[in-house]
Amino acid sequence: MTPAERPLEPACPECGARFLLPAGTVDGEILPCGDCAAELEVVTADPLLLALAPEIEEDWGE
Amino acid sequence: MRPLRVAMVCSRVRVEEKLLLEAFSGQHNLELVRFDDDQFHASLTGPDEAGGPAGILRRCDVVLLRSLSHFRQVAIARVLNSWGIVTINRAEVLEICGDKLRTTLSLSEAGVPTPASRMAFGVPAGLEAVEALGYPCVVKPVTGSWGRLVSRLNDRDAAEAVLEHKAQLGGSLHRVIYLQRHIDKPGRDLRAFVIGGRTVAVIGRRASHWVTNTARGAVAERVAITDEVDGLCRAAATAVGGGALAVDLLESAEGLLVNEVNATMEFRNSIGPTGVDIPALLVAYTVAVAESRRCA
Repeated sequence: MTPAERPLEPACPECGARFLLPAGTVDGEILPCGDCAAELEVVTADPLLLALAPEIEEDWGE
Repeated sequence: MRPLRVAMVCSRVRVEEKLLLEAFSGQHNLELVRFDDDQFHASLTGPDEAGGPAGILRRCDVVLLRSLSHFRQVAIARVLNSWGIVTINRAEVLEICGDKLRTTLSLSEAGVPTPASRMAFGVPAGLEAVEALGYPCVVKPVTGSWGRLVSRLNDRDAAEAVLEHKAQLGGSLHRVIYLQRHIDKPGRDLRAFVIGGRTVAVIGRRASHWVTNTARGAVAERVAITDEVDGLCRAAATAVGGGALAVDLLESAEGLLVNEVNATMEFRNSIGPTGVDIPALLVAYTVAVAESRRCA
């Protein structure tokens, strides 16, 4: 296992799937779960803490 | 000389914010503070403690705002600007661009061509406004993005239905009815990126649907920056107060019209087709503003 392929722990909070954290992942990044397609927020990359990304709100955007 | 201090305030790190972080990491003699807007709190009535969240931002030469929430971004900008801290963009620019009614007024006052638009409150006046514009017309939330709730009204039945739904189901923001004449565009609209008064890239957003937003699946294509597009985009950017802006244009039978101006540009789909490193240019602009503040 390369340093860039740390196992994602804990697993997807939606479906429990485990997958590899892409290299260069940073706090606050949004990643899709490859199994259930839920959008996950990397609350912190180290230590790894995942949460379901919030739903889009009315005033979000450009 | 001390390093430049730049803060980037964001909610989530999307593709855009990640590209900006990468571009900042290539800058020399620059301290970047990444600041989560969830952590922001500030005194409105007196000095804040130096070590608090507001104190951290107060030490920065410039603050690049990348929050997802329009109202959160405006609030932060208002506080920081009141302390004399420069934000990209300024609070007033964010307020104008985040409110389609104010955007239209600003463009119109500056003589920038824009689709005929009207506003109204409630269903009866709303229907009168729709019929004054003529069918089809488009109703949009005054504050909203990514094409959400943008609706084309093809006839009176549709107008009655949509306006009644807005009246009954919508929150306070939907009580202001904002209407635009529908522009029959050639399967695409144009999106121009204007940074520091310079038009740096233009894409066409092509879709089979009349809503041509890349967030809704439109495909971006490179478009040449003509003198006409450049002049109109720079005029639109100036009309709303300048800064780093994304200008949406419609190619109508009567010529180019400025549809909207966006103050927190999204560019992930525009880099490939144009070959323009938009995040690098946005970072370069941010650094230039910071340098002018450090010397001030």
